[in-house]
Amino acid sequence: MNWLNIFQRRKNSDREIAAQRLRLVLAHDRANLSPGMLDMLKDEIITVISRHLEIDANKVEVRLTEDAREMRLFADIPLHNPRKGAI
Amino acid sequence: MAGKIITISSGKGGVGKTTTTANIGLGLAMLGARVICIDADIGLRNLDVMLGLENRIVYDIINYIEGRCRFRQALVRDKRFPELFMMPAAQTRAKDAISVEQMKSVANEAAQMVDYVLIDSPAGIEHGFRCASAPAEMVLVVTNPEIASVRDADRVVGLLEAETNIPTRLIINRIKPEMVRRKEMLSPEDVVDLLAVDLIGLVPEDTEILAASNRGNPIVLNNGSMAGKAFLDIARRLKGEDIPFAPLKRPSLFKRLLGSHRKESL
Repeated sequence: MNWLNIFQRRKNSDREIAAQRLRLVLAHDRANLSPGMLDMLKDEIITVISRHLEIDANKVEVRLTEDAREMRLFADIPLHNPRKGAI
Repeated sequence: MAGKIITISSGKGGVGKTTTTANIGLGLAMLGARVICIDADIGLRNLDVMLGLENRIVYDIINYIEGRCRFRQALVRDKRFPELFMMPAAQTRAKDAISVEQMKSVANEAAQMVDYVLIDSPAGIEHGFRCASAPAEMVLVVTNPEIASVRDADRVVGLLEAETNIPTRLIINRIKPEMVRRKEMLSPEDVVDLLAVDLIGLVPEDTEILAASNRGNPIVLNNGSMAGKAFLDIARRLKGEDIPFAPLKRPSLFKRLLGSHRKESL
């Protein structure tokens, strides 16, 4: 065992890593949407929204969330702030 | 009144489905219930050896379906509990040798005879699983606290939810309390939280389980063992008793000094 693990373990235990990975895998399985498909979806959402609104594409977040066993597609799309941009 | 039909399933193989079926079946019999355990794993039967009844088999479920024997002839009576029976799977037939309707009719006929019918489902989510779960009033989904089996359990739960309204209950098998304590594996809470299914059993890893199945005497017969008690608790909960989930203790210092557990958990 690497002695560095002693410090890393506190931050990210094997348990937490497994739980995190599993949470993501289950979300994609349940929604029947692969991570790659989700990225494509995100790009298309950005394209469509950009036609009507000015948005900051780098800050757009599209992900799957769950509530009990119910899946939800969550999109957070920050609008470009014109006043901030003017300064 | 017809007995309750309960299917034991998992998606992934090797998580302890058959061991669980044998132990819950025996556990229910120990509590005085009349039980029939049906091995639905056509072509890969193992419930017979788990229960230590392999030498008593004459006919199997396919023989009965094909009309070669009467229902009672296809049942093997347990040597310890006269109200416990097992119906063996056929060992030399293909998985699709039995239809959903046939399995339903066998299970319903069994339910006329006893209080509980337990069906040991094959691994996978194909025909064999669909046959085994079709007659069920409840499906017990067995998983281990590791990524692959939890993922497969989620598929089973998802399929049952989408295609049926059979309620599911979760059994987490092979928990290693020492590794959970050291945050080296998923905790039972993590698994319940991720799967969002009601829990009905927590079974600790126990080397005695293998020893017990080697002898054909399932661990539930061993009063002193943690795993045996965990299986008996599941049987009690199925009977409607309100049994709290005991915190999983570390093995005794004596056992740890013997080293058998430590080797297991590393």
